[in-house]
Amino acid sequence: MIAYLIRRLLYAIPILIGVNLLTFSLFFVVNTADDMARMQLGMKRVTPEAIEKWKQQHGYDKPLLFNASAEGASKISDTIFFQKSAKMFVFDFGSSNDGRNIAREIQTRMMPSLAIALPTFLIGLLIYITFALLMTFFRATALDMLGVSLCVVLMSISGLFYIIGGQFVASKLWHWVPISGYAGGFDSIKFVLLPVLIGVMGSVGASSRWYRTIFLEEIGKDYVRTARAKGLSELRVLFHHVLKNAMIPILTAVVVVIPLLFMGSLLTESFFSIPGLGSYTIDAIKAQDFGVVRAMVFLGSMLYIAGLVLTDISYTIVDPRVRLK
Amino acid sequence: MPVILWTDAMIFLLLATVISAVLWVRKRPHLVLPWQRLAKSSMGMVSLLILSLFVLVGLLDTMHYREALPEKSNGQTVYSAEVLSVFDALAKDIKNRNEKTYSAPLAAYLYAKESIETPDGKIRRDYPRLRYGGAHLVDPQSELLGDVLKRTMIGALEGLSIAILLIVAGNWLIFFVKLRTARTSAGQEIRKSNNLIFTFARLIKNKPSRALLITALLMAILLGITVNLAAVYHVLGTDKVGQDVLYLALKSIRTGLVIGTVTTLVMLPFALLLGIAAGYLRGWVDDVIQYLYTVLSSIPSVLLIAAAVLMMQVYIEMHPEWFETAAARADLRLLFLCLILGVTSWTGLCRLLRGETLKLREMEYIQAAQAFGVSSPRILTRHIVPNVMHIVLIAVVMDFSSLVLAEAVLSYVGVGVDPSTMSFGTLINSARLEMGREPMVWWTLTAAFGFMLVLVLSANLFADAVRDAFDPRLNRTEAAA
Repeated sequence: MIAYLIRRLLYAIPILIGVNLLTFSLFFVVNTADDMARMQLGMKRVTPEAIEKWKQQHGYDKPLLFNASAEGASKISDTIFFQKSAKMFVFDFGSSNDGRNIAREIQTRMMPSLAIALPTFLIGLLIYITFALLMTFFRATALDMLGVSLCVVLMSISGLFYIIGGQFVASKLWHWVPISGYAGGFDSIKFVLLPVLIGVMGSVGASSRWYRTIFLEEIGKDYVRTARAKGLSELRVLFHHVLKNAMIPILTAVVVVIPLLFMGSLLTESFFSIPGLGSYTIDAIKAQDFGVVRAMVFLGSMLYIAGLVLTDISYTIVDPRVRLK
Repeated sequence: MPVILWTDAMIFLLLATVISAVLWVRKRPHLVLPWQRLAKSSMGMVSLLILSLFVLVGLLDTMHYREALPEKSNGQTVYSAEVLSVFDALAKDIKNRNEKTYSAPLAAYLYAKESIETPDGKIRRDYPRLRYGGAHLVDPQSELLGDVLKRTMIGALEGLSIAILLIVAGNWLIFFVKLRTARTSAGQEIRKSNNLIFTFARLIKNKPSRALLITALLMAILLGITVNLAAVYHVLGTDKVGQDVLYLALKSIRTGLVIGTVTTLVMLPFALLLGIAAGYLRGWVDDVIQYLYTVLSSIPSVLLIAAAVLMMQVYIEMHPEWFETAAARADLRLLFLCLILGVTSWTGLCRLLRGETLKLREMEYIQAAQAFGVSSPRILTRHIVPNVMHIVLIAVVMDFSSLVLAEAVLSYVGVGVDPSTMSFGTLINSARLEMGREPMVWWTLTAAFGFMLVLVLSANLFADAVRDAFDPRLNRTEAAA
């Protein structure tokens, strides 16, 4: 187990380097450091000296990937790519273009993101699985047909409809909750309510249908027949036996996203102007703040890899037959 | 002068691929079998019929041209800077009848009050009459409802009768073709079976064709009503600058279709090649390809798309000299959006194909081929590729609807298509603040969401039918028989 974990972590390093290289080239293939400086300083009244000074201040005055004028190992290390990326492996994200510390910014913005993402995830999971189990319970009846049709219709509706409609009905017509924004502490509940509801609503169709397929696959197996033959009620069969045995495919899909919850949902946060990590990233992309985007991409892929490892570990918990080697 | 934009070329390429695939499949009975299964599904056929209507609009809107201007400079024809399509020419009437600003569906008056000069020289604040909507009415207040009802009835009848005529004519055509090709003894049989009552009885008896018939008739009625009303009204109202919303929504269809299909077209070769190579060759090739897609899929896709699109935008703005027309520029951006969506979405299919190939290469028939010394390229093309094609097809149709939905969201956030390209996303984006008006301007959003729902819903239902027909994991009794 320990050896397995160490191997997985070592395997993560080349992936993270690749991710970094990709973001890096995405930014610098079409842009030069000069363009970035000009953009940050504003298009007008930019003197070459000002650009040089900005580049020097922010550390963009080096060659991109390969420094031919340097000696030995610093041929590679004395470049923008190395200087900016290597530090991220020890969680030093540097500062954004407006001079703020990115790591501190991430810390303060994590809470609002989690406040939205965590309830959406948990409530969603509960509702989808319950709904799917109910459909499985009533399988091959009119109720099941109705449920599946409802799911198909729900998954065909654009997520924008839920957002625009939800904001309109809940905030404008009924004045339940504010349209957008965020506040700390207990006040946050009224701001969080609508995004969570819409987030759950947005994928109820696709998810429930998917869980239903999984449960239906399980229900044809022999142990289910045995359980029924023992005289267990259908509900008990479903919730105790089928649910437990369907855990592997469910965990495969679910555990990967748990670490990513920290990243927040880019779209929901920008629609509801919640000061979380998602809207932070979107703003940074719009302002072409390379430092922030790179940090967020790095964080995102690191969490994704962590999610993959967690998935493997969770298998060993639900299924004792699985051994990690 | 015909203009072929980049995405047009892609669509024509796709069309050519589909047609040649159809010709190829037709000759092979074992490949025709799943399609016959699909043809037996009412849901699949009905959704296909609705989809083909969308595709028709999209294709008409893909044939672009530039009009020649009347004046000539030194004997050379000068072409207008505006790129039009065949669809624009067909819908010229609703395209050009612009009002001043918002107007409700089927209204005769403008949405906003204006100062109007009455004949006796006084100035009055009132809702002015529309320039085109209901302009033929003398007194809209009393005549509007009656006129709309009358046109609805006429339209419905016209649509219905044209549809019935077309169906009957189509049947006769099939009958004559059959008669010409059939042998004489069979001809007797065919001749006997072909009278009108027989034809309809046959259509109604068979479940999928009955559903098709009903859908076709309903669609014809709806089309008839729309055409009749659109001649003198704005059926779905007008937007902020007075453009007809029905026209905008119809124009959006092409963008949605392009995103849904061209994306697949560009990502398919990569996914197919890399997925099969990884699964079949294994070893270091597998490691490299796995590394590649793990890197790509570990970046949150929205982030990657947003970053790439914004970079592209900067690049396009720095090179205005590349583009002859605004349409060409918007089109390149659309193509690029397809490319980047393709880059983020090929990993899933690639992984599926790798897994399937890994499984297939251990099968006896592949090992037998290897033992006989069949070369690897030949094994791949003869045995592996045909056997993973059903996965590809299912993935392609399943992806379509999610891509259409993704386009709307991306355009809404501002990292999607060019703002001048009409798409569901830009339509919704331009209308999102209208909900706050008093009285509410609901029609633009309703039109955009309605069209999108119909398109995506039929695509989803079609995808389900395709999966049911092609997935070998599903047990089928008739296949064994």
